[in-house]
Amino acid sequence: MEAVVERIVTGAHYGLRDWLAQRITAAVMAVYTVILLVVLLGGAPITYPVWKDLFAQGWMRVATLLFAASLAWHAWVGMRDILMDYVKPAGARLTAEVAVLLAIAAYLGWTVQILWR
Amino acid sequence: MANATIRKPRPKYLSLHALLFEIRLPLPGWVSILHRISGLLLFVAVLWLLFLLDRSLASEAGFASVRAYAGLAPVKVALLVLVWAYCHHFCAGIRFLFLDLDKGGDLVTARLTSGLVLAVSLALTAWLGWKLW
Repeated sequence: MEAVVERIVTGAHYGLRDWLAQRITAAVMAVYTVILLVVLLGGAPITYPVWKDLFAQGWMRVATLLFAASLAWHAWVGMRDILMDYVKPAGARLTAEVAVLLAIAAYLGWTVQILWR
Repeated sequence: MANATIRKPRPKYLSLHALLFEIRLPLPGWVSILHRISGLLLFVAVLWLLFLLDRSLASEAGFASVRAYAGLAPVKVALLVLVWAYCHHFCAGIRFLFLDLDKGGDLVTARLTSGLVLAVSLALTAWLGWKLW
């Protein structure tokens, strides 16, 4: 007899990947946060030229993009955990998950546009 | 019976009243649920924060308008809540990483670090709020 594996269409993968990704992305964001705080609080008062020059530098754009990408993955795992805990009907959960993914994609696109305008 | 005690009605179902007034979370429970709530809050707030970043980098006038906007009392309060959410999520996250490594799981340490997380995030929020304005 064939073994019947009940696959649930919405929710988790069946492994370690997302758990690990959430922690690694958290570490990336923590490092960025500390760097940003040092830059912002250690330097001159933030005027428009200071602010603009900061985000005009290549390393800052790339670092911010890495932060945004980490945030996107991290937030996806977190939001999916929340939806798995509180939204039980498969249809509603799938809809909410798709909405979260679309929002994350839009956030990312917007971030790129802001950084490289 | 010698060991008869007053029987509480069972089963007991979760009600809003029970959730709000009867179930008392231990300190680590507070850190945990606040970690979740702050994460959700930050995710939703990204939309607003990106809008502010966009405006502030777009032009000198945009920067000035964001600065004036951030000076309004309700906006200040909202930003402070987000700063707290970030600090709490940050500190509680570091605590969870230690728990992943099986460190600090015993009752005394868990309670102590929970109190520490709550206190440090509030202190950081106050400090950053003072630095920002």
